[in-house]
Amino acid sequence: MSLEQFKNRNVGTQAYKMIESEPTPPTGMGRFERVVKRTFKGELFVGLGVTMREMINALFKGEMHTIKYPMEKLPISPRYRAIHDMLRLLESGHYRCIGCGLCEKICISDCIRMDTRYDENQRKEVTEYTINFGRCIFCGYCAEVCPELAIVHGGRYETASEQRASFSLFEDMLTPIDALKQQKEFDGFGAVTPNADNAIKKTPLAY
Amino acid sequence: MEIVNVAVLPEVTSAGVIIKAIIILAIISAIAGFGTYLERKVLAFMQRRLGPMHVGPYGLLQIAADGIKLFTKEDIVPQNANKLIFKIAPTITAATAFIALAAVPVFPDFTIPEWIPLLGGVFVPSIAADINIGILFILGMMAAGLYGPLLAGMAQANKWGIIGSARTAIQFLSYEVVTGLSILAPIMLVGSLSLVDFNNYQSGGFGSWMMWQQPVAFILFLIAGFAETNRTPFDLLEHEAEIVSGYATEYSGMRWGMFFIGEYANMITVSVLAAVVFMGGYNDLGFVAGWLIVVLKIAFVFFLMLWVRASWPHIRPDQLMWLCWKVLMPIAVINVVITGFVMMV
Repeated sequence: MSLEQFKNRNVGTQAYKMIESEPTPPTGMGRFERVVKRTFKGELFVGLGVTMREMINALFKGEMHTIKYPMEKLPISPRYRAIHDMLRLLESGHYRCIGCGLCEKICISDCIRMDTRYDENQRKEVTEYTINFGRCIFCGYCAEVCPELAIVHGGRYETASEQRASFSLFEDMLTPIDALKQQKEFDGFGAVTPNADNAIKKTPLAY
Repeated sequence: MEIVNVAVLPEVTSAGVIIKAIIILAIISAIAGFGTYLERKVLAFMQRRLGPMHVGPYGLLQIAADGIKLFTKEDIVPQNANKLIFKIAPTITAATAFIALAAVPVFPDFTIPEWIPLLGGVFVPSIAADINIGILFILGMMAAGLYGPLLAGMAQANKWGIIGSARTAIQFLSYEVVTGLSILAPIMLVGSLSLVDFNNYQSGGFGSWMMWQQPVAFILFLIAGFAETNRTPFDLLEHEAEIVSGYATEYSGMRWGMFFIGEYANMITVSVLAAVVFMGGYNDLGFVAGWLIVVLKIAFVFFLMLWVRASWPHIRPDQLMWLCWKVLMPIAVINVVITGFVMMV
């Protein structure tokens, strides 16, 4: 199943076919004629053909619906909101978070806690950052409000663990430094729209 | 034919028959168990699923897992049930299904090699009970099998069970009539009740198959066979959507498993009957050997049952009775009469 099929939510635009059902004939002879007509019409064999066709498609044309879940996974939408990711700057590898605290402020379930201090370069340094995933409702406001696209929603939806804290420390969510090349820019909630460049206009300075 | 057989073949001893019975019991039980695997797989493929996949390669050992589950499950006998009948009923289903197989030729005959102690030199016949009324015996035993669901449903003090056994009575009893009448026309043509004679009658290749001479009887026999083995369009005895599990509602563990084994053994019996009586039996077809062709035919009829289950919906009990008494039985009688006239002329 491809992502395009998965994202097709246009229910009702498919080619539905209405079943023609005529009223039951009132007379016994009419009903008898209907039985005879249906018997020799071969509709039952159409049904057999459908199941055989589906079996052949499934076995030989790769149209099997089953996803062997732990081994195979369905593609998820980029807008899916699962466990958060903390992204890094691609150039320097430093984390993007500037410690502004907007995510902590906007969080409606009040589950983000952060602590910052000034480092030796007078830059804000994040010393503590945790998300309480027992409270988080995955609304996506933190990702939307983040001015640096530092906190985003990732695709980790398998959130069973021995401790709730297993995902929720800053280091757990941060892109590993050796996986920096694989870090993907976030497409989802709060991200820059694809046509952002066209939407930029000059600031009207002539008053 | 009978005389020639007796002259050529070694003497059939009781030891040979007992060994044959044990072989049939073991192998048909195993095939019946494997049938459940096949059914799940075929149904799954037809619904574009994978079916059992995790026990063994491609789920092949699923039967073992099921067997362990069935054997180790708690054996519950309901409080108000008639305990004796409740316990006997599954045995009736399984036993009659295997007794019916006694008159069916299963696997070629062989002699146990001399070097094996005790049993060396014993001749094991291809057919456990070589009686000359084979078809009558098989049909009779399959008909006696209806006592299994009937007694089970009535003994278990459960209303779903009562409905299930009532449906057993109407369905099995009615469709016995159609089975008997539909197979009567081929019996008239062949003039014998022995399966061997049926096989020899159709030895002239593809064109001599009984299903070309008696197409109506063939279709009627298939429909009635589906009803008698309790397969889907006529799966009313344990129709989950309506009556929970029908006659098997209160059963658990191996008692329930015996109903299942009986049902699958009956499916095999009906497949064998259809293959031998209507589809040319175990005669060689062109270059294909007879034993292979009969296995293929039996497998096809078995597959047809699964295929139909995946494709067609259930019918209501009143439709079932309507079909049996007002449609199939008159057609069967007319078929017998016409066959009789054609034979006289």
